[in-house]
Amino acid sequence: MREFGYERAVDVSGALALLDADPDARFLGGGTNLVDLMKTGVERPGRLVDVRELPLDRVEPTGAGGLRIGATVTNSDLAAHPEVRRRYPALTQAVLAGASGQLRNMATVGGNLLQRTRCGYFADVSGPCNKRVPGSGCPAIEGEHHNHAVLGASGHCVATHPSDMGVALTAFGAVVEYETADGAGRVPLGEFYLPVGDTPHLETALPAGALITGVTLPAAPVAANSRYRKVRERASYAFAIGSIAAALDVRDGVVHEVRLAFGAVASRPWRAQVAERALTGGPADAGAFAAAADAELAAARPLPHNGYKVTLMRNLVVAVLSELAEEATR
Amino acid sequence: MATAPSPTYSAVTLNINGEKHTLTVDHRTTLLDALRERLDMNGTKKGCDQGQCGACTVLIDKRRAVSCLQLAVAAEGREITTIEGVAEGEQLHPVQQAFLDLDGYQCGYCTPGQICSAVALIEEHAAGWPSAVTDDVRPEAGPPPLTADEIRERMSGNLCRCGAYVSIVQAVARAAGIASEAGPVPGSAQDGSTREGAAA
Repeated sequence: MREFGYERAVDVSGALALLDADPDARFLGGGTNLVDLMKTGVERPGRLVDVRELPLDRVEPTGAGGLRIGATVTNSDLAAHPEVRRRYPALTQAVLAGASGQLRNMATVGGNLLQRTRCGYFADVSGPCNKRVPGSGCPAIEGEHHNHAVLGASGHCVATHPSDMGVALTAFGAVVEYETADGAGRVPLGEFYLPVGDTPHLETALPAGALITGVTLPAAPVAANSRYRKVRERASYAFAIGSIAAALDVRDGVVHEVRLAFGAVASRPWRAQVAERALTGGPADAGAFAAAADAELAAARPLPHNGYKVTLMRNLVVAVLSELAEEATR
Repeated sequence: MATAPSPTYSAVTLNINGEKHTLTVDHRTTLLDALRERLDMNGTKKGCDQGQCGACTVLIDKRRAVSCLQLAVAAEGREITTIEGVAEGEQLHPVQQAFLDLDGYQCGYCTPGQICSAVALIEEHAAGWPSAVTDDVRPEAGPPPLTADEIRERMSGNLCRCGAYVSIVQAVARAAGIASEAGPVPGSAQDGSTREGAAA
């Protein structure tokens, strides 16, 4: 590991100033991803600015009926929060589906959004990777890619974003808030992750030097009837091979409102807006759910070893929406 | 702006099991390595060293965490409890006693991490935290019963290469007061077991 300096920030302006003073500095939250990547040499910061003790550790109602989640709220505290469990149960389920009890106690909301892909080629500094070393190539496309992207990828990178939390936040229209030395900004999570294109090393719309201060969930009554389902290769403590966050409001057999987002299929949590539009105003039955899934997945471009994800996601859409529809009519 | 010189080591005071230890650490030092290599506290084990096995689990501010991904310098000011600090003097913690009574291990290497994790698990459950296998996470549903499935899910961050999981689940249930108060854990291998000690 490269040697590095360490500073602990006590307020946001101080954190921004410390980062601004050193182009080689990085913010440190829970460290569950960054420290791991520093050990393997994927990340080589010259200085860490520890932001874990910043006063951004609250989950608070917004005046408009939503919730504001501070950036240093831990995954555990987010999942356990009564208002999250009541208003956005799929968010609690998504967070609890990720990592382990130990890691959820350490990890933070801001860090979760900025975690890096778990693509094995990204993690292996002895070989090429366009995300790690721009222009060096992507061995995954002709190599081990059974858990790589089927939507929104490019010929330069087929890595997936590994977050579970982010999938539920995307379904519920979360907005990322940040501070820079020049002032505050906001960006919807749906626009937070950049298209892959030929620049897979450029991952987010955050300005240079920005610090995520929180995430705001808009009011979403539909989210009270929501579910997160994750499919993985062992029963627990593994990354998804496919996941879905869904919320459904059915009135008189008709889809009044629906939210859908997919995980582990793209470089970002994938809001399934094509399927949402196809479903809204139509019947809430398995045939309509399958047709909507097919419409969304028409854009899928699977590789030789990950075509199963298209079927998996179609089945997840039908299963989870059918469950939510049934429960809504009870 | 010019980059100010930044030292790559710091003097830190770590609060471990109620005692303060002051040492100078290279910033690259994890809490795990500080405990084992600098403070001669070898109870905490190094398994994968990448946050995937749970052998290095300790409690930080009373919550379980993997010490291999925790930088020592960033642990200053926090309350750290290791396996050496779980017991009350000569009185074993109920989780320790249950692991002994029910053979919750074979080789024992993962055991300190398992025990620290279980100590925290019981607190998390008592605080009403749901898990990934909890059917209804809404607060109105109340706290989920600590079934064998709940214990397996909540302990999934601790791997045991000997495969002592059956006894580990029993030990955690015993320590949580489930086995003694409500009989065998539904769905656990403890159902109908004649194993010595399992019927208490």
